[in-house]
Amino acid sequence: MKFELDKAQKDIQKAAKRFAKGEFDKELALELETTHTYPMDIWRKACEEGFIGLHFPDQYGGSDFGQLENVLVLEQFCQRDSGIGAAMLTAPFACEIILHHGTDEQKEKYLNQVTSGEAISAGAFTEPAHGSDITSMATTAVKDGDEWLINGVKTFITNAGICGFYVLLVQTDAEAGHKGQSMFIVDADAPGIDVASVGEKMGLKMIPTGEVSFKDVRVPASSLLGVENKGFYQVLQFFDESRLGVAAQALGTAQGAFDRAVEYVKGREQFGQKIGKFQALQHKIAEMATQLELARLITYKAAWLADNKKPDAKLSAMAKYYAGKIASEVASESMQLLGGYGYITEFEVERFYRDARITEIYEGTREIQKNIIAGHVLGRF
Amino acid sequence: MDIYVCIKRVADTSEVDIEIDRTGLALTEDDFSYDINEWDNFAVEAALQLKEEHGGKVTALTVGIEDDEEVLRRALAMGCDEALHLSDPCFEGSDAWGIAQILSAALKGKPLDLLLFGTVSADEGAGQTGGFVAGLLDLPMVSLATSLKVNGSIATVSHEVEGGLERVRELDLPAVVTVQTGINEPRYVSIRGIRKVSGIEIPVSGVGDLGLDPNQVGASGARVKLEELFLPPQGQSAQMLEGSDDEIIDKLLDLLQENGGL
Ligand SMILES: Cc1cc2nc3c(=O)[nH]c(=O)nc-3n(C[C@H](O)[C@H](O)[C@H](O)COP(=O)(O)OP(=O)(O)OC[C@H]3O[C@@H](n4cnc5c(N)ncnc54)[C@H](O)[C@@H]3O)c2cc1C
Repeated sequence: MKFELDKAQKDIQKAAKRFAKGEFDKELALELETTHTYPMDIWRKACEEGFIGLHFPDQYGGSDFGQLENVLVLEQFCQRDSGIGAAMLTAPFACEIILHHGTDEQKEKYLNQVTSGEAISAGAFTEPAHGSDITSMATTAVKDGDEWLINGVKTFITNAGICGFYVLLVQTDAEAGHKGQSMFIVDADAPGIDVASVGEKMGLKMIPTGEVSFKDVRVPASSLLGVENKGFYQVLQFFDESRLGVAAQALGTAQGAFDRAVEYVKGREQFGQKIGKFQALQHKIAEMATQLELARLITYKAAWLADNKKPDAKLSAMAKYYAGKIASEVASESMQLLGGYGYITEFEVERFYRDARITEIYEGTREIQKNIIAGHVLGRF
Repeated sequence: MDIYVCIKRVADTSEVDIEIDRTGLALTEDDFSYDINEWDNFAVEAALQLKEEHGGKVTALTVGIEDDEEVLRRALAMGCDEALHLSDPCFEGSDAWGIAQILSAALKGKPLDLLLFGTVSADEGAGQTGGFVAGLLDLPMVSLATSLKVNGSIATVSHEVEGGLERVRELDLPAVVTVQTGINEPRYVSIRGIRKVSGIEIPVSGVGDLGLDPNQVGASGARVKLEELFLPPQGQSAQMLEGSDDEIIDKLLDLLQENGGL
């Protein structure tokens, strides 16, 4: 057993750290947050430097690295800035489905767009009536000659309105439940697509989250992604992989909040001494440091397994569950360590706290992760 | 153009509290992360920009232990063409003079047009190495360069001099230039760059390969010895003057007078 990153991985970690330090400016982040603006310029630069889709093959603008390297980058990005980091995580959202199930033409077209800075992507699974349970969809695609006709509403869609295309899960066989679902890639400018906001949200304020309605949207047969009526399985497989990214987001966000708190307790004085000298606070710091280390180990391991052709759905759910859980806890406690200043936007930690919370909700809630874990542990009985 | 750039890996002390270890001669390094010396990063960028303008080749060199290879990979990932790692157990403990001898032994006889250094290193802060190497190779040198242009066989260098003035010098190539931060905007290390160099074996030269006498270098050859390392004593905290504005002004004037401030 070897608990060490290889040379390239260490280089990537440093490159990501330096990029984030150079580009993720605190004042800019606050402005983007208040104006609800996606960090487009930073995203384009991140594409130029090869950070976006680094785990895609070279021919699609990636660098042939794996999920572990992706995790390392996202961790550094979110540690520096939880909001901009999350935006970088979601920029190529759902593209792994194209990578694993797309035709050569689809990969050539769409993956190159997201790695070159031409387009951001979106993955549209959730519907108003189907969140944790996606075993049947109300959105449908019906074959019409050489085309498909799509109708329905997707909600909570990250990057809605700013993305170049949607990776969409729909029902193609109404009778067959999850065995009648298929996926499509739909260009965002296709006639019949309408985007509405889901309203103000707690965190991730730079990233739009929208409701996307499809009204008689016509797509060519070549838009089918993967195998007809196998969409559900393609999505589940994708979540096993994408949860690694959310775990990395959670880990980086937690670490970022923690770093700021550690810095603060070493400087702030109350009752005649630095507050970091109070053992009650030291114990908090020790607990948080331990939680962070555990989240890191499990996330790296799950990513390493995925890269070594041993993807482990249980471990990936554990990583997402645990990293998300401690992100909320660590960010909350970090805020506590700053006292009143923790509640003030200028000190950043409250934003990390707000941004941390989503990692327990999207891409499978905390409860759904536990269902997956328990399912693997208990098996059929 | 054949450009060589000498770089060094140093501890990044900006994010950790510095502590002296038990020997009293070194820092506790547990929490350190390391990276290229900031000045050297600007030197690498300067070299790459000259190559992009004039063509040629950039070679990065470092003297150091195995882990120090990381800065060479970094330089390659940024776009340097070759790297040379000068590493040998007997190099350890070298002072700037020793390092300069190692570097000049490696550079002697190489088809060199321009040799770049960072002005100083963040850890030692002496700024001697570039000058020593220029002396040992008998090359003209300008330090603290804030701009660097090459035209034919002449380099035009602006550099900082006393009183915030800038002086412009022309140098016949080959020459040595030490580079100040801010001379350019160093590019990021890209992921594609890292991929490109990830399989590369960087050649290592030791004391024998360089034809050096082991006693010339390392701790035994060092002419400067470190006697003690300590953190500067904390200054007294600020003195708060209290009272009405007039009283405060009087107290301040008294204090300034007492301490020779007026
Ligand atoms: C900011 C944001 C961005 C998002 N981005 C996207 C996106 O890009 N694409 C996309 O498709 N979706 C996205 N989502 C949707 C997200 O994935 C869903 O909100 C999530 O899966 C939960 O679904 P739901 O909201 O319908 O909650 P519900 O499924 O209704 O869950 C409500 C509660 O019941 C619990 N629960 C449900 N079923 C069970 C069970 N079997 N056992 C125990 N507890 C259960 C849940 O854990 C939760 O606590 C996003 C959501 C948000 C808030």
